[in-house]
Amino acid sequence: MGRLSWRLAEVAEVRPETGRVATLALEVPGWDGHLPGQHLDVRLTAEDGYTAERAYSIASAPDGERVELAVERLDDGEVSPYLTEELRQGDQLELRGPVGGYFVWEPGRGGPLLLVAGGSGVVPLMAMLRHRAATGSQVPARLLYSSRSLDDVIFREELERLAEAGDGLTVTQALTRAQPPGWTGYARRIDAVMLEEVGWRPGERPLAYVCGPTRLVEAVAGQLVALGHDPARVRTERFGPTGVP
Amino acid sequence: MGGFVSRGFKGRRRPAAGQATRLPPGQYAEPGFPVLTAGPTPRIDLADWRLKIEGLVAKPREWTWEEIHELPGASFEGDIHCVTRWSKLGTSFAGVSVDTLLDAVEPRPEATHVVAFCYGGYTTNLPLDDVRGGKAWVVWEHEGTPLPPEHGGPARLLVPHLYFWKSAKWVAGLRLLDHDAPGFWEGLGYHNRGDPWREERYWGD
Repeated sequence: MGRLSWRLAEVAEVRPETGRVATLALEVPGWDGHLPGQHLDVRLTAEDGYTAERAYSIASAPDGERVELAVERLDDGEVSPYLTEELRQGDQLELRGPVGGYFVWEPGRGGPLLLVAGGSGVVPLMAMLRHRAATGSQVPARLLYSSRSLDDVIFREELERLAEAGDGLTVTQALTRAQPPGWTGYARRIDAVMLEEVGWRPGERPLAYVCGPTRLVEAVAGQLVALGHDPARVRTERFGPTGVP
Repeated sequence: MGGFVSRGFKGRRRPAAGQATRLPPGQYAEPGFPVLTAGPTPRIDLADWRLKIEGLVAKPREWTWEEIHELPGASFEGDIHCVTRWSKLGTSFAGVSVDTLLDAVEPRPEATHVVAFCYGGYTTNLPLDDVRGGKAWVVWEHEGTPLPPEHGGPARLLVPHLYFWKSAKWVAGLRLLDHDAPGFWEGLGYHNRGDPWREERYWGD
């Protein structure tokens, strides 16, 4: 495999997902495709030559030269405020990738799938679910997704549509801080009881992908192992305590 | 791609004067200590913990938790660099120098590389010269307190002059070889050596 070279992508669309998260749809000439779950590197360059680089998970299924990121704005961040607030359709963005060969899923890898997300950790899992739908995969899949409030749920409508397709996907939301009137779903952080209720039994040997803030990932991965799941089938991706992006 | 400028980008996290020369290309200073791992954190009972050195050595051996603490201690104070772009400047670790361990096992002259293997199955490969000569440690303390499990405790390898995925968490031992044998991330697109000052992040860099 050759060097991952920097490419100039063009911003086709900036689409708000929640108050803090925006999807950037990019056209990347020469993009060789990616596996759902992979990320790419973004490099910003100021006029004086100063650069800042960060990695972002790819949200879209493989689709030619079109690549979508979903970026959460971190108020004290350097790159995410630029991507979510400054960048406009028609702007150019320097990137290289795809990167990462472990936290990835394709239908051929089988299942059943247990996807567990906290906040913007849903982004690489969304790439898997979009790819699963696009390929007509029938691999049974369950997404357990924790957000602070309903307004913070990224891809909410699309997830509802995917779950209604009747192709073996269930989506379960947990709202940790605020719940709308009449909310009957989970109203607490993901815990072992929830994983037992929503997840697969260890004997069904699910492939688990867990992504989110370190505290959530550390807890969920530990609980899955304690419930009897094979640690080798639990893959994790973590965001740092101060937010790596 | 020279000359490209990101329209409207000013850069608001420029390194302070004292940091700039300590940051390898593409890195930024991170005051925290992010956690990055590919799977669940293994829980290792200290009574069962062992560190083994095997392969091309005259005297393969293993140390228990008590035995390794009886070796002359060593510490590191300096900077660490993660391939995901954060660097932590001015941090410290304590444990034992890999030199001390290698002296005890007597590497054979044909040994050129090591593979660090870990509880949980992780592996990473290094040229033997990158873990001797005062460049590598097995550490169990971070900034004066026991190394937390999510950061690799009970003990991790510390090779601070390379990207931090080479500093294998939950290290269980070193295997000395007469050839190179790519480890976990090295087989999944990451650079075989990982020198942050040469920005060796991925294959082909």
